[in-house]
Amino acid sequence: MAEPALSIRGLTKVYGNGFEALKGIDLDVAQGDFFALLGPNGAGKSTTLGIVCSLVQKTAGQVKILGIDIDQDFAKAKYALGVVPQEFNFSQFEKVGDIILTQAGYYGMPMKEAKPRCERLLKDLGLWDKRNGAARMLSGGMKRRLMIARALIHRPRLLILDEPTAGVDIELRRSMWEYMRRINEEEGTSIILTTHYLEEAESLCRNIAIINRGEIIKNTSMRGLLTELDTETFLMDLAEPLETTPLIKGFEIERVDSHQLALSVRKGTDLNDAFQQLTEQGVRVLSMRNRANRLEELFVSMTSQPEAATGIDTQSETSSQAKETAS
Amino acid sequence: MNTRQLLISLWTMVVKEVRRFLRIWPQTLVPPSITMTMYFIIFGNLIGSRVGEMHGISYMSYIVPGLIMMSVITNSYSNVASSFFSNKFQRSVEEMMVSPMPNWVILAGFVIGGAARGLGVGLIVTVVSLFFTHLDLHHPLLTLMVVIMTALLFSIGGFVNALLAKKFDDISIIPIFVLTPLTYLGGVFYSIDLLPEFWQNVTMINPILYMVNAFRYGILGISDIPVGGALIAIAVFIVAFWFLALWMLNRGKGIRS
Repeated sequence: MAEPALSIRGLTKVYGNGFEALKGIDLDVAQGDFFALLGPNGAGKSTTLGIVCSLVQKTAGQVKILGIDIDQDFAKAKYALGVVPQEFNFSQFEKVGDIILTQAGYYGMPMKEAKPRCERLLKDLGLWDKRNGAARMLSGGMKRRLMIARALIHRPRLLILDEPTAGVDIELRRSMWEYMRRINEEEGTSIILTTHYLEEAESLCRNIAIINRGEIIKNTSMRGLLTELDTETFLMDLAEPLETTPLIKGFEIERVDSHQLALSVRKGTDLNDAFQQLTEQGVRVLSMRNRANRLEELFVSMTSQPEAATGIDTQSETSSQAKETAS
Repeated sequence: MNTRQLLISLWTMVVKEVRRFLRIWPQTLVPPSITMTMYFIIFGNLIGSRVGEMHGISYMSYIVPGLIMMSVITNSYSNVASSFFSNKFQRSVEEMMVSPMPNWVILAGFVIGGAARGLGVGLIVTVVSLFFTHLDLHHPLLTLMVVIMTALLFSIGGFVNALLAKKFDDISIIPIFVLTPLTYLGGVFYSIDLLPEFWQNVTMINPILYMVNAFRYGILGISDIPVGGALIAIAVFIVAFWFLALWMLNRGKGIRS
């Protein structure tokens, strides 16, 4: 049986200020998988990935990359690993092409091998025309693609994407999804993705783990997780504007704006009943669609415990404090 | 990594560092050259002509080795300090940390890059000095050895400083408040024979005195201190600082949480 692309056992991280970021987590990511690691900010995602890529020192536990224990031979494990971090981490003053070739050099890749590989990656990611420009001149989306190209230059077998599409417009995001799918399916690269676009995780990933307050609270297949969803929300576009929210017995309904209602429906509930009540109240529905993300609903229900961090876009104070004091 | 891969990664590091200081040459190569030219004109030419000779050598010739050494020290140190700290600040140090490069290659890359700038500026200052005086190399090999060792030592020093630094101010404190006074008081402009005995003894604990004098001995054949001891002292400092820097890097000091 093939070794997992990533195997984590009892991983613990306690920062210098006593903050316990990871509480002995276990995690396996199979080779060839497209795996989502989700959680609110401060939950421990970046700490986990930071340990895997050697940017954070673990307190205890074992990490194996393709069967190689990072405590035994981290250098060998690093050959198998490509990392696209959350924040831009390249010299803004270097040329785009130089950034990629320098990274190849760090892996001991000869220039005659690195140059054609660099050209292919930059062309695939639409950056070839920018190769001689300084990185600081790139747009946000281009900078993200530059980091993907850099992470792939040494042909890693496990790619870590930490919020790779943050701040990227929808069109570009979708083209990046296509590219990620391609390297996963055609080249067999295992991918671990963290994202706050849950639609992205649902669309791309086959398996998922949810981490919250330093613990894995769910680790299953994406399909399995979605079947657990017992409530779906539908957005209904109205023919005439509504000033108040209609009362629909047996359903949860919310007025999004004067022309839209959000109807939450539990599994097995007869939708006709809702429409009948709306009709009786003179509300005409022109169209209806599923609210953008089902996974988001599950995610919120799992992670919104009383003391848990809330919101997935804001920086966790605890986490940032831990980082500041830890060095 | 095998030997070939190690050499490629070290070469990559050095090329990156040299490319950096060449790219910003108006900040890295030109200012020290202009400053030293001012020293030659003011201290060497204008004031020096009234000072007369020192150890039987014209004052201008006497200060040239010290000024070259001063350029090498400050430029080696500040190159690594600002380059590594800038890598920390922009987080591009992570590019190196996630790669399989051993820490000694990372350290060596920065140190060689810093020494390259120090020696480059030293060469420029030497060429400028030839417009003002004539230099006879008494001991070329010794001169080369001392200047290279000094460049390496202060490059390592700059690296340690950058590892510990948390903000840009932290990389200018040592050069301004430690290196500059030690260099000025390290016999660049005068022979310590001119000092009262007490201050001569105090000056003897200044490590830069040994480097300046060993270098001056290589060029002019005169020194205030025994040159052999100076070479041993520089070598010991290089080894000690190298292992200190490597130990800090291995522990992730200032770069890993």
